[in-house]
Amino acid sequence: MNLDTKARYSESHEWVRKEGSVIVCGISDHAQQELSDVVYVELPEVGRRLARGEVFGVVESVKAASDLYMPMGGEITAANEKLPSSPEWVNQEPYGQGWMIKFKPADPAEWDSLMSAEDYERSVSGA
Amino acid sequence: MPYIPHTPADQQAMLEAIGVSAVADLFQDVPASHRFPELHLPPAASELEILDELYGLALKNSSTGCYATFLGAGAYNHFVPSVIPYLASRGEFVTAYTPYQPEVSQGTLQAIFEYQTMIAGLTGMDVVNASHYDGATAMAEAAIMAVNVARRQRTKILISPSVHPQYRQTLRTYLSAGQAAVAGDENLRSTLADLTGMLDGDAACLIVQNPNFFGELMDVAGLADAVHAAGALLVVVANPIISLGMLKPPGDYGADIVVAEGQPLGLGLNLGGPYLGVFAAREAYVRKMPGRLVGETTDTQGRRAFVLTLTPREQHIRREKATSNICTNQGLMALMAGMYLATMGRQGLRAVAGLCYHRAHYAAAEIDKLKGYRVVSRAPFFNEFAVQCPRPVADVNHALREKNIMGGYDLQADYPHATNQMLVCVTEMNPRAQIDRLVAGLASA
Repeated sequence: MNLDTKARYSESHEWVRKEGSVIVCGISDHAQQELSDVVYVELPEVGRRLARGEVFGVVESVKAASDLYMPMGGEITAANEKLPSSPEWVNQEPYGQGWMIKFKPADPAEWDSLMSAEDYERSVSGA
Repeated sequence: MPYIPHTPADQQAMLEAIGVSAVADLFQDVPASHRFPELHLPPAASELEILDELYGLALKNSSTGCYATFLGAGAYNHFVPSVIPYLASRGEFVTAYTPYQPEVSQGTLQAIFEYQTMIAGLTGMDVVNASHYDGATAMAEAAIMAVNVARRQRTKILISPSVHPQYRQTLRTYLSAGQAAVAGDENLRSTLADLTGMLDGDAACLIVQNPNFFGELMDVAGLADAVHAAGALLVVVANPIISLGMLKPPGDYGADIVVAEGQPLGLGLNLGGPYLGVFAAREAYVRKMPGRLVGETTDTQGRRAFVLTLTPREQHIRREKATSNICTNQGLMALMAGMYLATMGRQGLRAVAGLCYHRAHYAAAEIDKLKGYRVVSRAPFFNEFAVQCPRPVADVNHALREKNIMGGYDLQADYPHATNQMLVCVTEMNPRAQIDRLVAGLASA
């Protein structure tokens, strides 16, 4: 399992990373492995305000369809427009070009309640 | 031996969990005298005696074969070529259940795929599902789909009052849990201009029926642009579907979702059911579309094959997030509709539509000449039109029945301002002699 050590992780397997004043968000390498081949991604429109835990999109694989949850509350500033036509990026580079949304956090302190890469690794390995 | 999986201990545990002491306690809302009533049944009869009694009862029924029928309003008396019941009753088609296993269901899957393909051509749309229960439920599913396309950020369904009244009722039943509000038909005289005036940021879709419930063609030019400008979807109920044999397909005038009642396509009237809900949409919205979808692919040896596709929309994968929790399709009815379209072909369907149109216009012209009667419809119409009668429609129909004529639909029940107005329907099943009988019957009614 690959991890981005600069990122923080949610229990529902989204990662977030700071990029200036905005937060970039995607799903973890572990999540993409569990889903297997991703065939479709639905992302929110820019400008939507979503609370922490709210559904921001859907990821669909050949095996399952899962909702995507906001790890922190905020206003969507960008969605990866190329992702719906290249959903395989989620499998190939979950922390790179497979990113999903950028948002301006409503409460930057929510970052601190998310798991570090180390904690996340421990939680998914069941240790 | 009945198969009851619960042991007496299981049953006791369940009873304790809900706080009753015996199974009989669960039925205490039923008055004791009705729980095990004496039925006073006659002694058992032989098969011969039973058949005799049932034939006697059947003779009390009437059928369209006994009457010159001018009743439409959503269910239509069309010719069903004998090849359709013959083929559809073959043993290979008897199982109606969902073809989950493509390796044993290629015939069923191909039949659904061909049905979908022909409906796509007829409606001018990109994708068609394997069908719904009937036109009314298909329309309600279209409204829910429009809300989902708008990610539930828009929760108002605008509907024209000239959509079939029972379809509008079904829509309200579907939405009774409050997922969306229905508006537009509060005033039964609302026009298309009134409806487009109600389009706002909360409107998920505008639903129109074309031809409308009164048989009239709607002025749909520019309608889709107005709807899309407001960010909503245009849903068209393409009833009666036979009209698509000669009218422009809704896809050509910008519809985003097209639904229809598929009964006229070779199903007969079937005592009101089973019918067939036709559902078609633009490809951009396919993942929000309810129902089953059959797609074409290739097997491991590169041969053409068919499978259910895009199933993550469905409840066996997404549970409560499914696009619809009614995923049963009318497999056998869709099969028959597919057979009908294949049998009739482009020319045949056009010929049926033309016969309906011309015979209806002959009937309207003749009725309009009668003293006391007047054709109300002013817009162009397909095969149904409203007639102003000199007396209540029920009285006129009673007089017609004496002459073995089934008259039209009484509009006043659904549209109180349509006092004494009858919706007359003419199809290819009404030759000129029948129409002349109707006209004579009306004159003396």
